[in-house]
Amino acid sequence: MRFTLNGRTVRIDAHPMMRLLDALREQCGLTGTKEGCGEGECGACTVLVDRRPVNSCLVPLAHVSGARVTTIEGLRGRHPLQQAFVDFGGAQCGICTPGMILAAIALGPKPSREAVRTGLAGNICRCTGYHAIYESVERAGKNARVRR
Amino acid sequence: MLKAVGRNVPRKEGRDKVSGTSRYIDDLSFPGLLHARTIRSTIPAGAIADISFPFDTNGFTIVDFNDIPGRNIVALIDDDQPCLAERAIRHVAEPILILAHEDRDRLRTADVRIAYRGGTPNYDPSASPLCFKSIAIDKGDLDAGMAAADEIIEGEYRVGAQEQLYIEPNGVIAVPADDGQGVTVYGSMQCPYYVHRALTVLLGFPDERVRVVQTETGGGFGGKEEYPSMIAGHAALAALKARRPVKLVYDRGEDMLATTKRHPGVIRHRTGVTRDGRLTAMDIDVLLDGGAYATLSAVVLSRGVLHASGPYRCDHVRIRGRVMMTNTPPNGAFRGFGAPQTQFAVEVHMERMAEQLGLDPVKLRDRNALRPGDTTATGQTLGADCSAREVLREAVKRTDFARRRKALAGTNRGIGLSLFFHGSGFTGSGEVKLASKASLALTDAGVRVLVGSTEIGQGTRTMLAQIVADTLGVPYDTVEVNAADTSEVPDSGPTVASRTCMVVGRILQRCAEDMRARLGRLSPRDYVKRHGPLVITKQYEKPPEIVWDEVLYQGDAYGSYGWACDVVEVEVDPATWQVNPVKLTSVHEIGKAIHPRLAVGQIQGGTAQGLGWALLEEVVMRDGRMANNSFTNYIVPTTLDTPDMEIVLLERPYRHGPFGAKGVGEMPIDGPAPAVINALRHAGYDLREIPATPERVMACGSR
Repeated sequence: MRFTLNGRTVRIDAHPMMRLLDALREQCGLTGTKEGCGEGECGACTVLVDRRPVNSCLVPLAHVSGARVTTIEGLRGRHPLQQAFVDFGGAQCGICTPGMILAAIALGPKPSREAVRTGLAGNICRCTGYHAIYESVERAGKNARVRR
Repeated sequence: MLKAVGRNVPRKEGRDKVSGTSRYIDDLSFPGLLHARTIRSTIPAGAIADISFPFDTNGFTIVDFNDIPGRNIVALIDDDQPCLAERAIRHVAEPILILAHEDRDRLRTADVRIAYRGGTPNYDPSASPLCFKSIAIDKGDLDAGMAAADEIIEGEYRVGAQEQLYIEPNGVIAVPADDGQGVTVYGSMQCPYYVHRALTVLLGFPDERVRVVQTETGGGFGGKEEYPSMIAGHAALAALKARRPVKLVYDRGEDMLATTKRHPGVIRHRTGVTRDGRLTAMDIDVLLDGGAYATLSAVVLSRGVLHASGPYRCDHVRIRGRVMMTNTPPNGAFRGFGAPQTQFAVEVHMERMAEQLGLDPVKLRDRNALRPGDTTATGQTLGADCSAREVLREAVKRTDFARRRKALAGTNRGIGLSLFFHGSGFTGSGEVKLASKASLALTDAGVRVLVGSTEIGQGTRTMLAQIVADTLGVPYDTVEVNAADTSEVPDSGPTVASRTCMVVGRILQRCAEDMRARLGRLSPRDYVKRHGPLVITKQYEKPPEIVWDEVLYQGDAYGSYGWACDVVEVEVDPATWQVNPVKLTSVHEIGKAIHPRLAVGQIQGGTAQGLGWALLEEVVMRDGRMANNSFTNYIVPTTLDTPDMEIVLLERPYRHGPFGAKGVGEMPIDGPAPAVINALRHAGYDLREIPATPERVMACGSR
């Protein structure tokens, strides 16, 4: 199986029905993608596949053949959302944060509050009550260049 | 001048969390690692008759109670809960065996057969023969107080269980010592020293042969206070038997099925009140469902009864509390720890009293709210930082409450409020018994904080470093915080009870004061060069005026209290009966916000959890088993369920808190549920039970 992971081509020998989540964490050693529920409800495992946010616990590896996959590691700590989540309290315990940031990237550079609210409805945070996340996304949007 | 305290300095581990480089337990691996699985009871009561293994057990490590070298208990308060069931079964999902294997597929498909002799389960706490703990609080003369009343108003209020639903499930990795005579456990946890003690009792090892290291922890909310002792024991037993590292990480279904929940409860009020709204007597009965084992139930009940009369003055009070055994998985710690249950009841009761007396609910509360110099139900005289009326008045003013209440009358919207308080730190003499220690060590670049207190998202590392930086007069960036590793840090007590900032922060502040005196004019680097390493350790010192009688339940229940008021507006969908919280304002008086953004984050997050408990989160139990143990079926607030929140911080310094700080972590969850139910009352729905699901609202609206 061949796909582009964070800008580099990777080849994985694994069962095509292996969850993308497990392939990323175990085959590729990228543990920044988290498992919260394993049934596509919490969004902690969100990654971008061809720029669209998906729950990697629901995506079989076969599905990303030839696709471009972006994980939190692919942002290299340089995306404006990342610093904004530190500065504005968007990350508390941090377990939902990688998925939340990737889902927020998919919203584009300057999403409205309603777009943020709707766009992040599939990403559950149990710590923040979401307001600090909205603020992080909106403040980052001011100077974000969307990198995917 | 304060350079760090009161400012929104960067979270210590913030960059790691946003970069995906923080290591949570499931992100770790060790050479030769085995995976483990817990085999659990499928019946709520009875006994194990037979266990068989009709599969190829080759390569499996199988652990049962016979493999326990020490005592088969999860050491906590009462030694009643086995780490692995021997014969008797008290609840569904009780651990019986641990299987370990390197291949997760073989582990998952291993088909252990257990035959049982069934018993008769009891799920009704009021019918239970086993009381884990009862507590009585008496103040004044209840009969005289009732005799002085114009009206006596009664009510019964019910609260449901609640799942903490940290997004990272419980998990640990146990690594055996080479000689098999020791173990290191890494894991997601709030209280490394609780786990440490439980392991020494279970394994019979001396303290120094057990090491517990907290890994980055993806939320706790109380759910990782006591349970990690259980799962750590299981992994350690398997690792010692296999002589290999063992990882035991729950999936979501198992975590929800087996681990602790908030105690469900029934609280009854009988209150004497004068026609003009003065409370003359409060008679309160608290019944909590403890589940199958005692865990922390006794202390949950304690905090519950100590908050049961709300932030109100009354000369004649009788409070009776019981927590009873039932055949469900044990209930345990969850943010608020008994206080959300009892304050839900008193705040809904206050609203009903205002209604029956024809009084304004704000005026009724304002008249009876505790003020400095008043005494609580246990006879504690409140100091100048008692701010019940201030938070009430601020919240009412901010929301233009009276006008808004009038404007919404007759619509499908309602507005309600709740006034509440929360004791900071351990109950009664608990802090003295804990005798927490904290250390500060000089480093080349500055200082290092050494505490067993854990960062679980609330900002422990950041907030403690701020306190140290400003006390010592060094830059925040030069204060490091050591990992919570029992081989390196002293026991600063559990990370619970809204105590870390006020209690542990104060101990560290005393360390820093001492260190500052030692340093004189030298920088940390110059001091180390000239005099060598310096470590200062301090222990908790009880402020002399705190006096508590554990037998009579009289005196200063807590060192200090935070005070808060929530106002919430709700909308009832006339077609679906769904209740949407539209807007919420919360005024919190917390002494001093060491880090305002973190403090507001605690309040927003705790408030959202409280709204979830009020409206969405229902633990459905069928035959002693959680029926909706999944993210799909147990509904917590998403972005779309969480209203806009206005958070207001007030600061009335507590003189024994660092820079005046009191606790903040738990209080926010006490208020939303009664505020929501009171808002629904304003909209015409007489609810006395949560969660207020559409089914309950419909039943109420159709009456």
